[in-house]
Amino acid sequence: MSSLLKVILQRLGLGLLTLFAVSVIIAFVVELLPGDITEAILGQTATPETVAAFRKEIGLDQPAYIRYLDWLGGILTGDLGQSLASKRDISEFVGTRLSNTLFLGGLAAAIAVPLALLLGLLAALYRNSIFDRIVNFTTLTSISFPEFFVAYILILFLSVKAGIFPGISNVSTDLAFSEQFYRTLLPALTLTLVVLAHMLRMTRAAIINLLSSPYIEMARLKGTRPFRVIFHHALPNAWGPIVNVIALNLAYLVVGVVVVEVVFVYPGLGQLLVDSVSKRDLPVVQACSIIFAAVYILLNLLADIVSIVSNPRLLHPR
Amino acid sequence: MLKLFWTAPLSAKIGILTILAYAFVALFAPLLAPYAETAIVGGSYELWSDEYPLGTDNIGRDMLTRLIYGARNTIGIAFLTVALAFVVGGVVGMLAAILGGWYDMVIGRVVDILMAIPSLVFALLLLTVFGTSIPSLVIIIALLDSTRVFRIARSAAMNVVVMEFVEAARLRGEGMAWVIRKEVLPNIMAPLLAEFGLRFCFVFLFIAALSFLGLGIQPPLADWGSMVRENATLINYNDITPLLPAAAIAGLTVAVNFVVDWMLHLSSGLRSD
Amino acid sequence: MYSRQKTELDRLQAKVAKGNMSRREFLSRVSAMGLGAMAPGLYMQSAMASPKHGGRFRQGVTGGATSDVLDPGQILDHYMLNVQFGQLRNNLTEVAPSGELVPELAESWEGSNGAKTWNFKVRQGVEFHNGKSLTSEDVVDSLNHHLGEDSKSAAKGQLGGVASVKADGKYGVVVELTGGDADFPFILTDYHILICPSNGDGTIDWQSGVGTGGFSLVEHEPGVRTLTKANPNYWKPNRRFFDEVETLQIADSAARENALRTGELDAMNNVSPKTADLLKRQSGINVDSTKGNKQITLPMLTNVSPFDNNDVRTAMKYIVDREQWLKVVARNYGELGNDNPIGPANFYRATTDELPQRQYDPDKAKYHLKKAGLDSLNVQFHAAETGFGGSIDAGQLMAETARPAGINIEVVREPDDGYWSNVWMKKPFSACYWSGRPTENMMFSTVYAGDAAWNDTYWQNARFNDLLKMGRVETDKTKRREIYVEMQQIVHNDGGTVLPLFLQDIFATNDKVRYPDVIAGNWELDGCKAAERWWFA
Repeated sequence: MSSLLKVILQRLGLGLLTLFAVSVIIAFVVELLPGDITEAILGQTATPETVAAFRKEIGLDQPAYIRYLDWLGGILTGDLGQSLASKRDISEFVGTRLSNTLFLGGLAAAIAVPLALLLGLLAALYRNSIFDRIVNFTTLTSISFPEFFVAYILILFLSVKAGIFPGISNVSTDLAFSEQFYRTLLPALTLTLVVLAHMLRMTRAAIINLLSSPYIEMARLKGTRPFRVIFHHALPNAWGPIVNVIALNLAYLVVGVVVVEVVFVYPGLGQLLVDSVSKRDLPVVQACSIIFAAVYILLNLLADIVSIVSNPRLLHPR
Repeated sequence: MLKLFWTAPLSAKIGILTILAYAFVALFAPLLAPYAETAIVGGSYELWSDEYPLGTDNIGRDMLTRLIYGARNTIGIAFLTVALAFVVGGVVGMLAAILGGWYDMVIGRVVDILMAIPSLVFALLLLTVFGTSIPSLVIIIALLDSTRVFRIARSAAMNVVVMEFVEAARLRGEGMAWVIRKEVLPNIMAPLLAEFGLRFCFVFLFIAALSFLGLGIQPPLADWGSMVRENATLINYNDITPLLPAAAIAGLTVAVNFVVDWMLHLSSGLRSD
Repeated sequence: MYSRQKTELDRLQAKVAKGNMSRREFLSRVSAMGLGAMAPGLYMQSAMASPKHGGRFRQGVTGGATSDVLDPGQILDHYMLNVQFGQLRNNLTEVAPSGELVPELAESWEGSNGAKTWNFKVRQGVEFHNGKSLTSEDVVDSLNHHLGEDSKSAAKGQLGGVASVKADGKYGVVVELTGGDADFPFILTDYHILICPSNGDGTIDWQSGVGTGGFSLVEHEPGVRTLTKANPNYWKPNRRFFDEVETLQIADSAARENALRTGELDAMNNVSPKTADLLKRQSGINVDSTKGNKQITLPMLTNVSPFDNNDVRTAMKYIVDREQWLKVVARNYGELGNDNPIGPANFYRATTDELPQRQYDPDKAKYHLKKAGLDSLNVQFHAAETGFGGSIDAGQLMAETARPAGINIEVVREPDDGYWSNVWMKKPFSACYWSGRPTENMMFSTVYAGDAAWNDTYWQNARFNDLLKMGRVETDKTKRREIYVEMQQIVHNDGGTVLPLFLQDIFATNDKVRYPDVIAGNWELDGCKAAERWWFA
């Protein structure tokens, strides 16, 4: 097991390097974007004089690499810096946004992952049955609809018509947990429908793929019951690809929910990121991107650990 | 080929016929559509009638015409994007699994870095820098998607590469291309195919999401994702107009995946029992 | 300039309405003002029509961003306009719902020296939310906030003619202009020019959000939500009825509509014309619209080919089917534009006799094209939803109607992101909108004057620029009218702007909300002042 620990430490180190590379890429691409923060913020009202005054005020007259190094120096001492636009400390307002996002993503994952695994296993077990077909058809149809459209449909039926849920999910810190949970449920359901099919189908495919392996055939020939075949023989070897897809989708639940946040007026990190990109507020873009990247890296590390544990041969690739 | 078709299960037959129908519509759009692609033929949101079989859209173009031309643009773009993503991601992923060592390291790191940046935001950034012409749309989405394909191809291939028969082939001195084609690819086809079926429809959705954020395909080209976006709010008032392009996407997605399922089944070597 | 008597009467009536004054006291006070005969009627009027106090008003609005700050000079969109101008703070002068200029924190004013020197008398007895009394120092520093080299205020351009601002005693302020401007008090109604408390060192404290407005700040999460509570010492009579106001930023129009329908909101701005009539049919929802000077424009850069030729510009003005745009883009929530920015809320708008309505006419377009020596013309129209809502649809309509005239228009969808800095005023032909201005002078000075920072077509017309200067100092109404009508004719015939439509602002409320019969059309939601003008049933 100590070699596993070594792999983990190694991966965490690499993760830090990845974060560094991400910050360089983000700084570079944002620099490439047409227009800067002063023009983006002043928008239609920008004039050469006001743009110049604004630029001087926020130190944009410095070259890009100096500003990047300043920022990097801050990060290394644990200081996320200030928003260029509002002069607020980033750590002050990113925290609530992050916990909102994690709450929504976590809730969606708590519904979607068990459901996807269960339905995927059943579909593999009873493949080509009516059950398999119905599950397939429904989930495929549900992911064919753009997220905002799924959201509109759910809102129409569950909020406007049935009145079960509120029409928007504007959570704020002063809400009780139960209220926050209730308000977050509808966006979480939307996200569940969005990610369910992908995980479900990968589970199903991975299991079916393994069912043709000789050792499974052997188990079958021995007369082992199908359920046992799947749980004891197939599933342990199928974890690799399944866990990978789950990790991808969990990362998506945290990172890719901008559209759902906008439709439900949910104050999450995604909207903050898109907002800051359009305002060219580099420190905020950096902070959000780093957080998202870290989430992604950790989830993948977790997925790899699960893969390795389920198939120890991966530890020693020649 | 035809013989294979007859042995296919019903769902796969339906899938194949549906795909053929979509392809036919896409190819012969100008002959099938009642009006020209961009022509404004009536008031906005006209009801269904003999003149406008599915009504008109928000600026008074015939809905059926837009859907038919939409098939051409949407499927074309999605197919190009996914094909590009799979060629790039699949090949690089398998190579990483087989070669291992520093090659795997470097590629793996680069992919990790690219994937660690939220893809919608990354696409938004890149498209703002490079513009939203069709080629840049296809290349940028394909590149971002290929990282996902890479992950799956690599992780599936890893499981195969450690198997004895691959080792044996390499010890026999078979070339890299041979190993990929004969040993690795057939054995990782299943997860790749399953991924392909879904990636295909994710492209439409990605374009729809981009158009939600104010980017997307250039007008007056018709594409289903943008058509859903343009009319989406009507669903709140029980108007089914936005369901039409959404249903077009869904129909194709289901059909493609039915066929994929069947191919999965064939490649798994299982007889139906 | 404004009747002290009327203000006092308003104040007394408000007290009656709130139940803070007995009939007897009211009658004696009003009689003391010399209005004894009218007193009983006035009492009845104020007691009957009294809006009720109380409740939390929840409004869903657009245009908020996480980069928003409480600096009045940085108000860039509807959200902060609503919060700062509509709730927290006041100006020196105000445009009343009827469109006339009324005093706000300035009690009265007087122009002299050919409208170059302006004396303002600051209202006495007004307190900021933190208890500080309003004096001339606050006013001077608040105006200076927008002036000077280091200012990045968006109102810098508007106040470009100000030479100096000085205090004259505790309640007097003198503003010197570089050139005469009879409309200067109107400029001070601009939503950036809000009065904040002075720090005593020439700067103002905008960071705290403290102002003299009807509501004081409780919580402000930029780009998400703002909570304010009623200012118990609000100086304005018969205003501010809600206890609390919650303002939510909701960018997606369907989300706003859903929130209103499910009772999460009491009011919303910016109803999409596409769904306005559908929303109206829902029970418990009220959809209404206001007419103002909001206009959509298609600026053509007059300093580059082919638009440097006025015949080409004229041809472009003929290929827009305005009737069709009104129907499809605005769903009849608007009126036809006539390539003239002076709109329905302006005083000296040219009549249809003085300036006949331009119609869609591909033959005339062809004729002008030929005059410019062209058989056909290829142009790109650059648009994004941020330019104006529906501009991409509108561009496609225009592309179809332009074809018979031999003009091929390619609609280029630009990203919303960076539109104002990279497309508008950069690409030869693009989409834009203006909220309009209360006076002709302000509208022309902001967008059409040769030296205006936002002269978005780079249009230079000597006669027009001369007339603009003449109009500013002219005080005779008939002569002023002549000047402004001629200027409208020049813009219509020679200008670089296609102005197809004036748009109405559409808003929606639930059936608990009440508002006055006359509401303002200068900004959305009753001039952005719904918070202090509306009440619950």
